[in-house]
Amino acid sequence: MDFVTQLLIAAISAGTPLLLATLGGILNERAGIIQLGAEGLMLMGAVTTCVVFLRTGNLGVALLATLGVTALLGLIHAFLSITLRANQTMSGLAMTLFGSGLSAYLGKSISGNPLPSSLPRLDLSFLKPIPVIGDIFGNLDVLTWFSIVLVVVLHLLIHRTSWGLHLRAVGDSPATADVMGVHVRLIRYGYVTVGAMLIGLGGADMVLTVAPTWNEGLTGGRGWIAVGLVIFARWNPVRALLCAYFFGALDSLGFRMQLLGSAIPPYFLKMIPYIVTILVLMYLGYRNRNKPSGTPESLGVPYVREQRF
Amino acid sequence: MQEYSVEMRGIVKRFGSVTASDQVDFSANAGEIHALLGENGAGKSTVMSMLSGVYRADEGEILIHGKPAKIRSPKDAAMLGVGMVFQNFRLVQTLTAAENIVLGEKSSFWRGRNWIKSKHKEIEELAERFGLKFPVDRPIWQLSVGEQQRVEIVKTLYRGADIIILDEPTSVLTPGEVEGLFSTLRRMKQEGKTVIMTTHKMKEVMASSDRISVMRKGKMIATLVTKDTDERELARLMVGREVVIERQEREATEGEELLAVKNLSVDADHGRKALDGLSLTVCKGEIVGVAGVAGNGQKELAEVLTGLRTWRTGEIVFDGAPVKTASVRGAIDSGISHVPENRMKSGLAGKLGSVDNLLFKSYRSEEHSKFGFLKAAKNRSWSEELVRKFDVKTPELDTPVQHLSGGNQQKLLFAREVTHQPKLMVAVHPTQGLDVGATAGVHELLMELRASGSGVLLISEDLDELLQLSDRILVIYNGAIIGEETHETADRESIGLMMAGIRSREESLV
Repeated sequence: MDFVTQLLIAAISAGTPLLLATLGGILNERAGIIQLGAEGLMLMGAVTTCVVFLRTGNLGVALLATLGVTALLGLIHAFLSITLRANQTMSGLAMTLFGSGLSAYLGKSISGNPLPSSLPRLDLSFLKPIPVIGDIFGNLDVLTWFSIVLVVVLHLLIHRTSWGLHLRAVGDSPATADVMGVHVRLIRYGYVTVGAMLIGLGGADMVLTVAPTWNEGLTGGRGWIAVGLVIFARWNPVRALLCAYFFGALDSLGFRMQLLGSAIPPYFLKMIPYIVTILVLMYLGYRNRNKPSGTPESLGVPYVREQRF
Repeated sequence: MQEYSVEMRGIVKRFGSVTASDQVDFSANAGEIHALLGENGAGKSTVMSMLSGVYRADEGEILIHGKPAKIRSPKDAAMLGVGMVFQNFRLVQTLTAAENIVLGEKSSFWRGRNWIKSKHKEIEELAERFGLKFPVDRPIWQLSVGEQQRVEIVKTLYRGADIIILDEPTSVLTPGEVEGLFSTLRRMKQEGKTVIMTTHKMKEVMASSDRISVMRKGKMIATLVTKDTDERELARLMVGREVVIERQEREATEGEELLAVKNLSVDADHGRKALDGLSLTVCKGEIVGVAGVAGNGQKELAEVLTGLRTWRTGEIVFDGAPVKTASVRGAIDSGISHVPENRMKSGLAGKLGSVDNLLFKSYRSEEHSKFGFLKAAKNRSWSEELVRKFDVKTPELDTPVQHLSGGNQQKLLFAREVTHQPKLMVAVHPTQGLDVGATAGVHELLMELRASGSGVLLISEDLDELLQLSDRILVIYNGAIIGEETHETADRESIGLMMAGIRSREESLV
């Protein structure tokens, strides 16, 4: 396997948690609710997976528990920002701080304990003879495949179904959607909850594949990266996949250069993803300066029906 | 007794301490065009919003086809066959016309290419039946305002409405488009639909409706049969007193040239050309009107002149000196004042009080501040005086200006813009949303500015206003001036044609 293939494999591996979290964020924000709680949700997802996995020894139960816990947190965010019309930025930040603190507390007793097993992998050995493709896709784990399939499903859902039409309408103009008989609050609740679950799953994937043991603050800011990637990908699932893998590649590139004994200090190597992100953002901002940004128009604006204009 | 398709009895709606609708009775028949006439703020839209489920009535009952109806949401209204075309359209800008029309439809989860194609066809056929035309597959933000309205109308028809309410439908249309709308309404009437239209324009009411209900200050004043009444009677009912609309007579002036714009080209926000080789002049003591349908470059023209937007090519000479770069500060300092299109967006800071809003353009001067500190007491008395002089009705000087009525907001804005004796006033839709009294006040202020030797560039969609005030009327179309009429030669018809892009009467016959 050459260097590029290895890098691609590492990119997918490091990019999958980001991809899951970004997809979750896209669903949240397409429905018009800002999601800044990703970091906290990822940590909660990771710690729940670890605790339940170590207790029961059953990965399936662990993942179900993760979905349950993050769905609950998503519902809290939904209740605050949709029903109580609280400030969505504050609610999201609170979620992040709360998640960081609580996950540290819950994980204290199991910190450093290795998990019994990693994610099962799908052995597609018939792909093996194909160069590069076979190496990359021949032996991916189930969550990675799930995230790739999810990209396709969400793309079709958003652009090819009635649900997607309702989702886009609710995020862009809830008043219009309401007049047309679309249930704005129900849809927002639904997508905020499902979005939180996907972000939590991102945290679970992180702990299962990247660092197979719980450590406090394990995500190391990847929740925030996901928040950025949502915007980077302009709320589009397919672009989210490219962006997440791109970032994953940069992430592992720094790590690899460190292993190769590069003369550059490791702190600078760790900065690479962030610096490149800034550069790419600048370039894209310049190139797309005359295009609509793709931001859901009512992002962050609570919807009240009876309002005088 | 004849059964009405819509009957509203004793409808009351309060917003806080304001009673927007006070014991209103209203009824309409199937197969008629019923106009609901009244000034801005008379309560027409409120009453219609209750019929379409946007607001809930505090008291009163609504009967649809003779049966008592509980309309608690737009969904309930749609179930009863009531559809409303709102003044500010309820369309999702990023979705296509067809997607907007089928929005809310629950059937068919999967929507592949075939489904979309068949829907496009269905919508086009429906639109054609009522004489409407628009591109079904383009996103709304790319459509003109007239096209967007047609999408809204087809949307209500598609949803099977037989009671169709149009809220101020003509306010955004060219005279030609208005004719098209009326013929669509007549086709609806022939198909037995109930058409209700709110408006404050008497001419249009006379031209299109079968019956007219007049509202004033939240009360229903009268319901008349159109052919038995006339504009004079309607005006009296609407305003509560006789109003005479006529041209403001004036002495001709021979002022020297104040502003000269040559071959100005400007890019719009999305890279499209907003102004394309536009030239115009404004002299001292002259009101130059710019007529045109919204979106033909008026906004960009005003922004360039007030320093908000840079231009690509062309020359601007103001007061004898060429303007080199766009600068708001430069524009203010050289004596250009600006009444923007949307007073609450770029004219006033809604949450601040009158004093702060009045200070925005002059706080730097010696008179109002020293070493960067505002002279609080002096500014307060100065503001008090302005508020009194311009007759701004505000509970207190510190009341957030967003709580003032539209007319008082506009007076406050004018107070700020006029008090420093501007050389040029760029006024964009200065009377939009104002009632007859406030409009007359604004017109008077503009005429006073003219008399004092200032130039006025008046950008408006209201032809009557332009005809009343302007010394010259220019018509803007696709970013260029395509015609000019003087105060004496201007008439509605020729300007209306030019607004639609037709240069002269001869051309329109070809």
